[in-house]
Amino acid sequence: MSYVPHTDSDVSEMLARIGVSDLQELFTAVPAAVRFPAIDLAAPRSELDVMQELKALAAQNAALDSTPSFLGAGAYHHWVPSVVNHVLLRSEFYTAYTPYQPEISQGTLQAIFEYQTMICDLTAMEVSNASHYDGATAMAEAVIMSLSAGRGRRNRVVLSGSVHPEYRQTVHTYTQGMDVVFVGEDRPGATAKELGALVDDSTACLILQSPDFFGRIVDLRGLAEAAHAHKALLVVASNPIALGMLKPAGEMGADIVLGDGQPLGNSLSFGGPHLGFFATRQELVRRMAGRLVGETVDADGKRGYVLTLSTREQHIRRDKATSNICTNQGLNALAAAVYLATLGKQGLRQVAELCYHRAHYAAAAIDALDAYHVDQSAPFFHEFVVSCPRPASEINAALWDRHGIIGGYALGSAYPGMERQMLICVTEMNSRAQIDGLVSALQEVAK
Amino acid sequence: MASNINQDCLYSQSHEWVRVEGDTAYAGITDYAQSQLSDIVYVELPEVGTTYAQGDNFAVVESVKAASDCYLSLSGEIIEVNEALESEPELVNSDPYGKGWFVRLAIADASEIEGLMSPSDYAEFVAKAEEEGGH
Repeated sequence: MSYVPHTDSDVSEMLARIGVSDLQELFTAVPAAVRFPAIDLAAPRSELDVMQELKALAAQNAALDSTPSFLGAGAYHHWVPSVVNHVLLRSEFYTAYTPYQPEISQGTLQAIFEYQTMICDLTAMEVSNASHYDGATAMAEAVIMSLSAGRGRRNRVVLSGSVHPEYRQTVHTYTQGMDVVFVGEDRPGATAKELGALVDDSTACLILQSPDFFGRIVDLRGLAEAAHAHKALLVVASNPIALGMLKPAGEMGADIVLGDGQPLGNSLSFGGPHLGFFATRQELVRRMAGRLVGETVDADGKRGYVLTLSTREQHIRRDKATSNICTNQGLNALAAAVYLATLGKQGLRQVAELCYHRAHYAAAAIDALDAYHVDQSAPFFHEFVVSCPRPASEINAALWDRHGIIGGYALGSAYPGMERQMLICVTEMNSRAQIDGLVSALQEVAK
Repeated sequence: MASNINQDCLYSQSHEWVRVEGDTAYAGITDYAQSQLSDIVYVELPEVGTTYAQGDNFAVVESVKAASDCYLSLSGEIIEVNEALESEPELVNSDPYGKGWFVRLAIADASEIEGLMSPSDYAEFVAKAEEEGGH
């Protein structure tokens, strides 16, 4: 059967009804010059030719396999074990869109269940959802959940200025029109204790990031008490690799622990897709957005998996839901789960320690250069701030042009006044030779 | 199916009941309401100490079918909430006028009691609703 959506007579009837003589007239709002551009395609070529051309184009990219990079600032270059892609590329996983009859996809549900379990272990929290888009949207969901937990009677949010600037922008975008008052962002140098003191009885939550955007490990002690004394929630954004060696925020009394899961087995891929992990305490689970997979038994008593509380947003709570975004990053969460299962507890700790030690080696070597200074007053994980003798953007351009090195993040673009500061990230992917190369290159480009 | 209507309670058109005891009152949802909602899986109760005006949304009851707002029939301050509902929300289905109560409040304006429906008025109201609903 042919599919003919509109016959010619249907079309002319519709045009006549709206007083238009022919279809082209509908497009007159588009400037004539671009309305029907001539598409001047080259003659057909063989697959071999096309592949060679595409490879030549691709070779112009600075691929991280062959280019030393010290750029982090929210997206991190880590080793991804081969097994991760082998599992992801199973067609049962990668061809499937979100299962609308989820229980028929037991493999997908089990993978998400394992992911949730590992996120709970990593964060020391009781419940994890199936993931959000990325760390920034996970934080926005945390704010909305905190407002919901405050039953609409709390409209103030204490948000640290040392939280990733893009996370903060996303939080502001999500909460537009909700009459939320944000405090704390204007002073990125404020200590955790000073931020804790800003919590009052109208505060829904206190939000910090540790390691923060500048790489500093934040002392979370006493913050949960400071927030809870006013019945506000403590929200902490974490780097999941850092959790391999740092005490998780769940053990420090946090109510919501979230972060970007990209470092867990997800490649950089030009900035996305990522996944946002999100974990909370049992008593807040009814206010948590997103999907949640639970383990149960079937009619024969055999283990099986179901979407628990999943219908809350789309089918049951609807306008009363905390959030109406129930999308999860299924394939990315699967990558995170396979990555964590492959590395295990010891392996993750090893990755974290490699990052930590290499970053500290780099920081000391850069600080030893006359023209540069590294602020090591606060403990840091795998990123640190370097004060440069001239604008960091100029240093970066010189590093690339003269040495083929991708430098750090020029902080001036997010923090006016920090034009000479550069955020350097070092992971297990940066060999000692690469680090030494960066140090001598920095020396050379100082002037 | 005829709904059970408790003779000691007063009723609202949105199917909540109150049982006045001196200066305080217990409040919950009626047998008709719970039967319409079917299996209740969660009741979101207010915090003790919160003050509401008559008609304010004070709780949300969630069943396998829908989430519905509940409105307070009398103005007042919440002095007690039924914590048992946290782990056993099904008490609202099994005993809506007894173990399935939602909150106890300190009545702010006793004159509001006059405006509530008597058990017989509510029985008539439910009968009409059921008729219109085509049950």
